[in-house]
Amino acid sequence: MERLLNVMAVFSLVMAGLVLASVRRAHIRVEYSVSWLAAAMALLVLSRWRGFQEWFARSIGVGDPTVALLMAGGAVFLVVLYRFSMVMSHLKDANIALTQHVAILEFRLTSLDEKIQPR
Amino acid sequence: MKLLILIPAYNEEGAVGSVIKEVRAVIPDVPVLVVDDCSTDGTVNVARESGAKVLALPYHLGLGGCVQAGYRLAFELDYDYVIRVDGDGQHDPRDIPAILEALEREGCEMVIGSRFLNGSGVHSGFLRALGIVFFRAMLRPILGRPVRDPTSGFVGVNRTALALFSRSFPLEYPEIEALVVLQRKRFRFVEVPSRMRPRRAGRTTITALKSLYYPVHVLLGVFVNVLKFEGRRK
Repeated sequence: MERLLNVMAVFSLVMAGLVLASVRRAHIRVEYSVSWLAAAMALLVLSRWRGFQEWFARSIGVGDPTVALLMAGGAVFLVVLYRFSMVMSHLKDANIALTQHVAILEFRLTSLDEKIQPR
Repeated sequence: MKLLILIPAYNEEGAVGSVIKEVRAVIPDVPVLVVDDCSTDGTVNVARESGAKVLALPYHLGLGGCVQAGYRLAFELDYDYVIRVDGDGQHDPRDIPAILEALEREGCEMVIGSRFLNGSGVHSGFLRALGIVFFRAMLRPILGRPVRDPTSGFVGVNRTALALFSRSFPLEYPEIEALVVLQRKRFRFVEVPSRMRPRRAGRTTITALKSLYYPVHVLLGVFVNVLKFEGRRK
């Protein structure tokens, strides 16, 4: 139990460090790092706060606080993934609209060029 | 009356030229627009050499995004009607006048060229035929009326539908979802007989794996559209 909690704490710190390093190198934009940093911090707090673990395990009817903690961790990551699915969908919509817009502009520019070409 | 023939194409250099020539033989004075979905072959050059205008997408969007780009341009250029003909040669351009005539006569928003109304020229594999039967049954209560060929891409739309589709159009496997989108807006469609021929060249984009994914995607798309359902035309 104690070892698992320590592993989770180290994992959350490593994850936060990786995210911060990626933000620093501009591999992840700041607005998209917030979800991961919040998830890492939530895991760190959950793994260190024994009273909360026991209360949470009782609340969801799980005997072992470690299992409850893993479930909470999984839920946190599901929320992060859900948020990113929304972000990706929005980006895809924007990408499609931009692609169509660029093609239409190019078409109209070419038509204009053809009209003003000297004969 | 301004009519545009819209041909979505992706890697169709082997067929698109003859499709354009056939269209021009049937309706010589009507502009033909090929929407190229970022083909990697010579589709764009063949289309231009055959006398079509080409709207070349800089990035591969899939069929729905490709068709919608054409609808957007047609709407911006004030076209009254757009008839979509696939670039693989499966649709017979000789049926275009019947679709146009139905659009004008019925005043409906969409006309579907149905390969099942006269029973001629049906070229569907077993799985596709099974899928069509399934989707017919599924769409019947949603649309409040039967549709014989819900997967047909041989469709004509008027300006009202053009305005809608240029804003909102299903992106993948769009034909079935488009019917539900139309119904949601209380628009009408009719079907007219059309001939279906074997593909002239190239390969279908619906691979074995995609044919498993296709019904799941379409069902989900229809379900989402039904949730947004705004009422049914009486």
